[in-house]
Amino acid sequence: MGKVLMKGNEAIGEAAIRAGCLNYFAYPITPQSEIAEYLSRRMPEVGGMFLQGESEVAVSYMIFGATACGSRAFTTSSSPGISLMSEGISYMAAAQCPAVIVNIMRGGPGLGGILPAQADYFQATKGGGHGDYRLIVLAPASIQEAVEMVMTAFPLAEKYRNPVMILGDGMIGQMMEPVEFPDHLKTEPLNNDKWATSGMDTRKSDKNNIIKTLFLESKPLEDLNIFLKAKFDRIRREEVRYESYNTDSDYKTLIVSYGTMSRVCRTVVDNLKEEGIEVGMIRPRTLFPFPGKAIRQAAEKDTCKNVLSVEMSMGQMVEDVQLCVQGKRPVRWYGRCGGDIPTPEEIIDVIKSL
Amino acid sequence: MQNEVIFAGFGGQGVLSCGKILAHAAMEKGLEVVWTPSYGPEMRGGTAYCMVIVSDKLIGSPVTRNPHNLVAMNRPSLEKYAPMVKPGGIILINSSIISIGSGRDDVDELMIPVVDIAQNAGSARAANIVALSAFVARSKIIDFDLLRESVKEEFAKKEKLIPINMKAMDEGKKAAEN
Repeated sequence: MGKVLMKGNEAIGEAAIRAGCLNYFAYPITPQSEIAEYLSRRMPEVGGMFLQGESEVAVSYMIFGATACGSRAFTTSSSPGISLMSEGISYMAAAQCPAVIVNIMRGGPGLGGILPAQADYFQATKGGGHGDYRLIVLAPASIQEAVEMVMTAFPLAEKYRNPVMILGDGMIGQMMEPVEFPDHLKTEPLNNDKWATSGMDTRKSDKNNIIKTLFLESKPLEDLNIFLKAKFDRIRREEVRYESYNTDSDYKTLIVSYGTMSRVCRTVVDNLKEEGIEVGMIRPRTLFPFPGKAIRQAAEKDTCKNVLSVEMSMGQMVEDVQLCVQGKRPVRWYGRCGGDIPTPEEIIDVIKSL
Repeated sequence: MQNEVIFAGFGGQGVLSCGKILAHAAMEKGLEVVWTPSYGPEMRGGTAYCMVIVSDKLIGSPVTRNPHNLVAMNRPSLEKYAPMVKPGGIILINSSIISIGSGRDDVDELMIPVVDIAQNAGSARAANIVALSAFVARSKIIDFDLLRESVKEEFAKKEKLIPINMKAMDEGKKAAEN
């Protein structure tokens, strides 16, 4: 199959089907409602199921139930909806259910607006719900990458028995680009007979699988947390993904930026190069685990004088950049909120003023 | 080489389709392309907008302060976007309903009565196709024949509209070349 021109939201919905996920639960919210619209039509065509929950809270427990039973299931929402789901997400992290959650971010806090934003970085990478847990967070910068991240999110979630979040923004959801759906990314679910409540008959087991998140005794709860921490540490070691751009040049400024914002920064790097100014960029493709080591090494290059975190937020990822640069270079932040994506011209002015 | 064009007008004038048809044609030629709509509050006020970026290289920023070209289907769009167009770019004005010019002397300004032309071709609803065809003919952003294929594909499910739209394309091209 060749390339097709698709809106990001529709491509994300199609990618889940192509990945072999036929259970979709959601509640509509701008700017991602087209995913639900698309799948309400497509799922029945492929023998799948779309159920619109009565709220995002309900939806989060529907995917909890479906994944606990050993099925692939996913949901999509946008910022305020993800806040409502956060309780269920914490439960799924505790119960180690491999759900896939897509957040097409809009501006906050509160009801905020419907335009693109990246202000849910903290929520996605540091929790959102309660308790000691992490989501694996993937940040696409194009519709093709969104498709590939959705398709790989399911086996990734199953490998670690941990929820995976795709963190996009309104622009990724709303724009159209040519995409293709690579056949080789279609996967079968891992055998989950050991833990899933998939039914004694199908599992042919002599032991019950029990999924719960309540541990009133101190020791079992601490044991769970120690186990989860070891898992998150392994994810930190093995799943870091990022892209380096123009980092073999003698750059004075290193940009760290992700998602739609990183595309604007790519243009910034190209345009400044034409003016004879070298800028390097590290684009995290995973926000958890964060590519801290790569950023520190890039910041420590002799020619590098400063590091700039560019985000559509009032400064969230910049805290992780500061942590990993460890004070070895000054770390600055530039960002906008409200939905106006900073233009290349705007960022070029900032870099020249550093 | 990267080229950007904004299509803007009232909701219902077909500006989003214009962009989609152009983006599709560019994709068929193997070019990189990004189509971005407005979906925010301005859309809810009844205006429609989209930007298409066509490039022979990977496209970075999906936003720009200064696009190369503008196709303005109504007056508010012309007033809003005309000052942003890069010098040397094209501003195409739907002169059927816009009585003013862009006020720019550093651009290639085209005043084309696209609604009247579409009416003569058989349907006022083809005004967007007239505008798109005139723009493509003037800018040569992609081959005109490629655009023709893309328009046919857009109307594949409403085949009886294809002849009217082909006529609209020819008339739009003619208007741009005069």
